[in-house]
Amino acid sequence: MGTTASVKLDHPMFAVLKSAMPGKRFRGTEYRGTSTVVVEPGDLHEVLAFLKNDARAGFNFLSDIGGIDYLGYPAKMPGRFAVVYNLVALERDDRFFVKVYLDPSIPTEGIAEDPALYLESCCDLWAGAEWMEREVFDMFGIRFRNHPDLRRILTWEEYPGHPLRKDYPLRGRGERELYRVLDRTDA
Amino acid sequence: MGLEAALPVDSFVTTQLQRVINWARKSSLWPMPFATACCGIELMATACSRYDVARFGSEAVRFSPRQSDLMIVAGRVSTKMMPVLQRIYLQMNEPKWVISMGACASTGGVFDTYAVVQGVDQFIPVDVYIPGCPPRPEQLIEGIMAIQRIVESENIPPRFQGGKRVGLGLAVQPNYNPRPQPIGVSVGS
Repeated sequence: MGTTASVKLDHPMFAVLKSAMPGKRFRGTEYRGTSTVVVEPGDLHEVLAFLKNDARAGFNFLSDIGGIDYLGYPAKMPGRFAVVYNLVALERDDRFFVKVYLDPSIPTEGIAEDPALYLESCCDLWAGAEWMEREVFDMFGIRFRNHPDLRRILTWEEYPGHPLRKDYPLRGRGERELYRVLDRTDA
Repeated sequence: MGLEAALPVDSFVTTQLQRVINWARKSSLWPMPFATACCGIELMATACSRYDVARFGSEAVRFSPRQSDLMIVAGRVSTKMMPVLQRIYLQMNEPKWVISMGACASTGGVFDTYAVVQGVDQFIPVDVYIPGCPPRPEQLIEGIMAIQRIVESENIPPRFQGGKRVGLGLAVQPNYNPRPQPIGVSVGS
């Protein structure tokens, strides 16, 4: 995780999480005042539920869910993909990030369903997660279990790719040219 | 207009019906604004009081394609939007004209990505292109006036010779003499 001497893991949530879930593996990082805890994919939902419901945490607002593709990243990362949950405790004006790393089990050029790229949905905790998880699915092909309506949200249903994957070409695979051509004789 | 005063009371004018029809059409081009990006802001400015496109008979902006005869594609068209644009174009009644306003609508602009159509003229007929990012209202007015000249000259679309588009030669040559800024607003007498 590139831990250096300047990283201060001083966010109180690190200690709270460690004491509340002693059996789990947490890794922490800090960058310019934002603290991130890296959890195992299997522990994700439990950790998020704890951070929302526990009185010491109280992260009652899910600000964002973002996906990351680390293909070609200069540093060695623990996984090819990452999903980042941006949590806010509105009462304390406190922000905390939860990150999960995932590795695909099949080639990532296509749109085939990959059993390794699955996470537990957190729509039951924050209703606003629904569209954010749909966006992560649309752009990165990471699917969410128990999601009420996991469809693509930005591209259309039959879109043949997950465009924010780094192995998807910037100019697409010809999707922007696949239209009928209208001329002046059309109605 | 003062035309009545210039003519004797019991006189008449002879003309051709087609010319009267063309004159009526070019003087009441009702635009359908397909504004998807910042060009739409300039389009709105064009319709407002300072530039006042009503001077050219195009102030009746219609948001229903059935009631409009000039489509102004202002802004980038995403790959998901292109079928919508085509459907709206098909819903417009004949005769109809299309202005591709700005770099994005004409070529995709800087957005050379999977999500942006690289020029709407690949998929719908375009009569007039307006360069700029975004074009100033004066340029849009010049584009509308170019459409008026096309209407006036019997709806001649841009011709093709040997696979190349030949311009109509209708555009006004630019004037490079700088004018005092800000340009004074003239109030009609």
